[in-house]
Amino acid sequence: MTEIELWIAALLSLTVLSAAVLVLLVKNHIAAVAAASVVSLGLALLFVLMRAPDVAMTEAAIGAGLSSLILALALRRLGLWQIDGVKSRQNLIKAINGVERDA
Amino acid sequence: MRNLTGLLFAGGLGFMLLSIASGLDFGAPPMLVGEAIQSVAPQETGATNIVTSVVLGYRGIDTLGELSILFAAAAAAGLVLGRRHTTAGTLTEGGFVLRYGGAMLFPLLMTIGFYIIFHGHLTPGGGFQGGVILAAAFFLPLLARPGARLHHGMLSMIEGFAGSSFILIGLVALAEGEAFLQPMLIQDTLGQLVSAGTLPLLYLAVGLKVGAELAGLLSHLAQTESEA
Repeated sequence: MTEIELWIAALLSLTVLSAAVLVLLVKNHIAAVAAASVVSLGLALLFVLMRAPDVAMTEAAIGAGLSSLILALALRRLGLWQIDGVKSRQNLIKAINGVERDA
Repeated sequence: MRNLTGLLFAGGLGFMLLSIASGLDFGAPPMLVGEAIQSVAPQETGATNIVTSVVLGYRGIDTLGELSILFAAAAAAGLVLGRRHTTAGTLTEGGFVLRYGGAMLFPLLMTIGFYIIFHGHLTPGGGFQGGVILAAAFFLPLLARPGARLHHGMLSMIEGFAGSSFILIGLVALAEGEAFLQPMLIQDTLGQLVSAGTLPLLYLAVGLKVGAELAGLLSHLAQTESEA
């Protein structure tokens, strides 16, 4: 690994880590899904740097594309697809209560 | 109290990972099987992509297990999601850019998906990656036109056909006196599109199965709308 690749890898790791922390901290659910997608995208680029193109393609297709799509569709299914953070929090409580009531 | 246990767990996990990582020397993994496979795989299976020769040649039954896990997961998700919501057909359509962009991307995504599947034994990629791209190609128009529906019967047909042909190829090898799923028809044209015996056929089956399954799952997810 050359020096420039090492720097790129360090930058990517920093991006991935900060995006992962952002998933936990951010109030808005859509933003959290987007940040989770960024984690996968950074990971895919890291895999390319580490000479594992097969794994990188899988990570990009499934991690960044499919799983965030499924998360986004699940948000819509639960009625949490809102740009406004406070309202989506209320809906989350409502959704959890609904699940408990159904069970 | 909960925070304390969480902190303790995270600290313990970090300590364990660090202590394992300190014992590894990076770049020189102590793998014996990997090196053995790397040295003989291109000659034995005829596939230039060694990952493919491992996934379909040396570990074919693992891939079959992976396919069944995917099938079980998709079936379970469909079961949990349950009934279609009544408003599914009445949602507003996407704008001009989304509608025509989706329609224009469809052939491009199909091409790249099939390219990745057919070149699975030559270049990085293969059935799983290409299959996901195929599923995306079918799902994109659904995003633009929420009222449109995929033909679920057709999707299940493709899925069942692909899954059974994967097993059938394995059984043919068994009938020829080889092991189950052992690659056959090996020609010594390394790097050609038609090479590596049954590996490209197996990857085509995997790609069609994954694509049909995921497209069905995604459209199912999109059509069972929120009740709120």
